[in-house]
Amino acid sequence: MATVAFGILKLRNLFAVVILSGIFSLLAASLYVHLTAVDVAFTEASVGAGISTLLMLATIAITGEYEKKHTTGDFFPLLIVIVTGGALIYGTLDMPLYGAADAPSNLHLIPRFIEESGKEIGIPNIVTSILASYRGHDTLGETVVIFTAAIGVLVLLGRGRNRWRPGLPKKPSAKNEKEEV
Amino acid sequence: MNNHSILRVVSKFMIPFILLFALYVQFHGDFGPGGGFQAGVIFAAAFILYGLIFGIENARKVLPATTTRILLAGGVLLYAGVGVFGLFMGGNYLDYSVLASTAVGGQHMGILLVELGVGITVAATMVTIFFVFAGQDH
Repeated sequence: MATVAFGILKLRNLFAVVILSGIFSLLAASLYVHLTAVDVAFTEASVGAGISTLLMLATIAITGEYEKKHTTGDFFPLLIVIVTGGALIYGTLDMPLYGAADAPSNLHLIPRFIEESGKEIGIPNIVTSILASYRGHDTLGETVVIFTAAIGVLVLLGRGRNRWRPGLPKKPSAKNEKEEV
Repeated sequence: MNNHSILRVVSKFMIPFILLFALYVQFHGDFGPGGGFQAGVIFAAAFILYGLIFGIENARKVLPATTTRILLAGGVLLYAGVGVFGLFMGGNYLDYSVLASTAVGGQHMGILLVELGVGITVAATMVTIFFVFAGQDH
């Protein structure tokens, strides 16, 4: 995964970068399978490797295939990345080890869900019953976020009812031809 | 891509199975991995594949802009509506236990409806975003 990430950093061909990010998502999905988070892996494979790769390809079909050379220095972004990454790693030092039996979530929450959700919800997939029932408000919020994303794209790029919008000429090529004539 | 006969034939063959798999993921989410989010994305992938192979105009004939916009809002409304319906039945917002005669049956129905709402919104969102992006160049 680190190799793929460095490849994404170094390459200037955006087509290759998009394909590499798809590969990165697929590797992440297999990592989640290894951690027995099958639902998360499923989502990562379908959303990260599938749809978002497609959407990025559709985007570079509009914008062009090569990244521009940037002239500003790399120092400040690098500093931010190092500080943020260091803070995140420092935060993980306090966390219990993966799979530790005395971790707080393994002591209270998870046994509660495993023992009671069968009686309360009656659905074999505990992930679904947590997601849709115990944390129903949370999932409603996520759905609204996705809905908002679609609305935002429609407001920015949509062309309903032939509405003219500033900065987005409807058919640049046709317009240029007319001006030339 | 109108001239690639292999792509056309294979995608025509694949699309029903993709849709069927999406429905399986949607309604089998109670028992195995999967649920509304994944099913919606897979469902949208079938339409996006159709749009890639046969052109955005033809895909828009299958799924017009009005339809996707209605579905977009309809999914969220279905989700929120289940919560409001629970309020009318005398429970808390998004408490599914009051939806049916037994609490477990109500939870089943609530989760099914809520996941359906999520699936509809996600599918409509993905289709909308792709069609809007891909429709920019012409």
